[in-house]
Amino acid sequence: MNERVAIVAWAQTAYEACKPHQRVQEMVYEVVKKVREQTGLKFSEDGTGIDNAITASDDIWDARTISDTPVGDVVGAHHRSEEKVGQDGAQAVFYACAGILSGHYDVTLVVAHCKESQPASRNLITNLTFDPFFQRSLGLDYLSAAALQARAYMDRYGISPEQCARVVAKSYNNARGNPLILRARELSVDEVIRSPLIADPIRELDAYPVTDGACALILAREEKAKKITDKPVWIDGMGNAYDAYFLGDRDLWDCQSLKLAASKAYRMAGIKDARKEIDVAEVSAFYSYQELLWTEGLGFCPPGEGGKLLDSGATKISGQIPVNPSGGVLVGSPTIVAGMARVIEAAIQVRGEGGSRQVSKVRTALAHGTSGPCGQLHTVLILKG
Amino acid sequence: MEETWCYQVSGKLEIPYRYFAGEFLSRFFVELRDHKKILGVRCPTCAVVFFPPRSICGRCLSPLGEWVELGDTGTLQSFTVVRYSEPTHPLQAPFVLGLIKLDGADTGMLHLIGEAELSALRAGLRLRAVFKEKREGEILDILYFRPEPVAKEAGR
Repeated sequence: MNERVAIVAWAQTAYEACKPHQRVQEMVYEVVKKVREQTGLKFSEDGTGIDNAITASDDIWDARTISDTPVGDVVGAHHRSEEKVGQDGAQAVFYACAGILSGHYDVTLVVAHCKESQPASRNLITNLTFDPFFQRSLGLDYLSAAALQARAYMDRYGISPEQCARVVAKSYNNARGNPLILRARELSVDEVIRSPLIADPIRELDAYPVTDGACALILAREEKAKKITDKPVWIDGMGNAYDAYFLGDRDLWDCQSLKLAASKAYRMAGIKDARKEIDVAEVSAFYSYQELLWTEGLGFCPPGEGGKLLDSGATKISGQIPVNPSGGVLVGSPTIVAGMARVIEAAIQVRGEGGSRQVSKVRTALAHGTSGPCGQLHTVLILKG
Repeated sequence: MEETWCYQVSGKLEIPYRYFAGEFLSRFFVELRDHKKILGVRCPTCAVVFFPPRSICGRCLSPLGEWVELGDTGTLQSFTVVRYSEPTHPLQAPFVLGLIKLDGADTGMLHLIGEAELSALRAGLRLRAVFKEKREGEILDILYFRPEPVAKEAGR
């Protein structure tokens, strides 16, 4: 790749259970304002400012057809361009990058938002993902689908509920170094195990909490990026892959599409040994077992050894391949926003601005996002300083 | 932080809607309703028997048209006990959702598991479909799958 794209600025709201004091547009503007202040950039299509906006949101989550319609006004799209990605925010970053690499845009604002607190239940939203002829009337939603995947994965490889609980405890404890995660606290493995089962084998604390929030970042092509900041974070590799719609078509204990997404990103970034070459990873685990499964899919360990990798301490902040030093999604990061927040947290690590959650000597960071039930679509990005 | 009162509007998405299954898929529901038959479809290129049936193979994009009658028996691959309640649920919690490999199919079917001891649930359990008496041509014409009685140990 001759042309390179860098992340030049970012901002996140605090991630909290409910934000009744802000409507969606205000939540989005909070982060847009911050990235504009950081860069001094204006919205303009004359080659001097932000010339495109990509937003990530979802119609059903927002209960509004074409959910970006109210957002355009606050992302600089008044009489200018804007496009929406109705998937996870990491995929929006991917798409925004592609727009710059195509030569069409120079500087792109990317924003993701979701207010999970607004629907009466997340399960009512995610039930609508499923096929109306064969699956929806069974009451399936992302939570029960994840439980089926958790069982299939844990059964196949002998992953224990304690190993899953350790993921949650690590996340909550790591998040204490992340000022934006308001629910971070000291949490013991025992407390996770004692939390009630909601969909066996998933317990209440194994599932990510209902969260409201938004985040934004600015991407720029190389020549522009170097003018905007002296600390650009380069996107060196990216890949995505989809898996089958029907859960029964997939081997749920495997994550074939993640392996494929990762291999594309690694190839583009010239990474041959992910475990050795990646210094830190921010992955989107909405349920605890997913962090273990995704580390396998990313090639940090062989299939079935995600639990062993965790137990070895390798994924701790001080470990060989720290995973989710920010606390990740399990402590609070809404759907749609989650993957883009991972990109931002990975960029924070590359710049060395992670404070007490900073991993030492980060050169290469990985960010992962996922959309759809049981990790149907995966997006992997490789960031470098 | 001081909490200020904030105005909110209550909404509800409720739109009468019809999803057309199409000519191809309708055959499945007719067979289920009229003959208690569960049909899958074979991809001639991939040699995979798919459930649910579909008219295009997602792996190789071949048009599919070879219907295969699947067994009303199968093997449990994964399951969950749903312990929370939602208006979308067909049964009162706790109830069991299972991923079932029907005999003759290569891909799994999601359905309800009934008449089962929760403690006896495990992958590999043999199951049989229980059909509704008055069937209407929908997936819940299969009420649920129940565990097959365990064969008595052969006492030689």
